[in-house]
Amino acid sequence: MRVPMPRGPISTAVAEVLRGAVRDLPALDLPDPEDASGVLEDDDVQLALWMLHQLHYDDFDGGAAALEWDPALIALRRGLEDLLLADLRERTADVVEAARAEDGGPGLAERLFTMVDSFDGAGTSTLLQREATAEQFAEHLVHRSIYNLRETDPQVFAMPRLPGRAQVAMAELVYDEYGAGRPDRRHSLLFAEAMEACGLDPTPGAYVDVLPATTLVIVNVMHLFALRRDLVAASVGHYGAFEATSSAPSQRASNGAERLGLDQRVRDYFDEHVEADAVHEQLVFRDVCEAVVEADPDQEELVLLGAASCLVVEDAAAAPVVEAWQADRSSLLAPAAQEAS
Amino acid sequence: MTERTKSVRLTPCPDGPILVRGADEVVDEDGVAHPVTRAVVALCRCDMSQRMPWCDGTHRAAARARINREAKQ
Ligand code: FES
Ligand SMILES: [Fe+2]
Ligand SMILES: [Fe+2]
Repeated sequence: MRVPMPRGPISTAVAEVLRGAVRDLPALDLPDPEDASGVLEDDDVQLALWMLHQLHYDDFDGGAAALEWDPALIALRRGLEDLLLADLRERTADVVEAARAEDGGPGLAERLFTMVDSFDGAGTSTLLQREATAEQFAEHLVHRSIYNLRETDPQVFAMPRLPGRAQVAMAELVYDEYGAGRPDRRHSLLFAEAMEACGLDPTPGAYVDVLPATTLVIVNVMHLFALRRDLVAASVGHYGAFEATSSAPSQRASNGAERLGLDQRVRDYFDEHVEADAVHEQLVFRDVCEAVVEADPDQEELVLLGAASCLVVEDAAAAPVVEAWQADRSSLLAPAAQEAS
Repeated sequence: MTERTKSVRLTPCPDGPILVRGADEVVDEDGVAHPVTRAVVALCRCDMSQRMPWCDGTHRAAARARINREAKQ
């Protein structure tokens, strides 16, 4: 994969190591985790974190496969993840508080659904349904490509760390995401085909240079939760909220694709998610999250943190897109001059 | 045939659909058979789905309306 254009000192240092230009990271000054506000929108931090997590999937052009477990890169990643986690904890505090258990009150799955249903966030799907142009629809696909071209891959990193009963439901869900036995129905492939139908490049990472921090953080938070064993409960909470905010927006996106007369493959991706995610939200909240907390009640706080983080991050991702479209601007970053290579 | 011996399992979700495991098809009120293409499917119980017989998440509109009402009080 091509090394992205850096956006500040941290991503520059990471990019240099990844492309094999230098062997060692320079000493870097990271912000204090006590003062992590704004990390979610920090382009330098989010791009650096995105690159470091990509090492678990792919080599970067010029870099060695051994970099995946390079101790200095892992140490930096851990530092950046701690910053992101601190920012998320602060931003989700109220939502988590409102979802805490009360004696004789509703069970965990009910409280999780209530959390999602009472979260009032910006969303792009109403615009997609009613008024977005074909160009804006394509922009939407470019933003979502950061995750949808590797749909469910991040969450699968969490699977071996889950208690047995949770693994059963995860396996049912993941079977669906990976095509339910049909290679041509893998969700990541359906998304790639939708992109192609809109004249877009479906190679993972192809658009990273035009994606703002608030889009990169969508997957960074998935990797943060799924790759750290102590945060696995947050990973399933996040996954549940993600699936529970998919059916209705997918229906609206499908309606928008129909209104715009887009290729059937675009509608196909979204139609599949209306139905599949109405199942998946039940599986994750009821079978996975409840099993995790049943096995260890202390994990409930993390499940709630994960779910709330998903809502906060999706809201942060959507807000600038809605703002840009309403002002008739592109929501993507201006393409930086490609490096001379 | 082994397929014939498998059992169908139903799991009702409170205020939501019924999850169905192990079915090959679902026959609706009009006798139309809908093939099951995933390991677990969700059957709509609220009659509000736009994709009957499958749940499309619309049942949560009632919960959202209640939450909005309570928030306004
Ligand atoms: S039960 Fe979900 S839409 Fe009817
Ligand atoms: Fe999917
Ligand atoms: Fe899903």
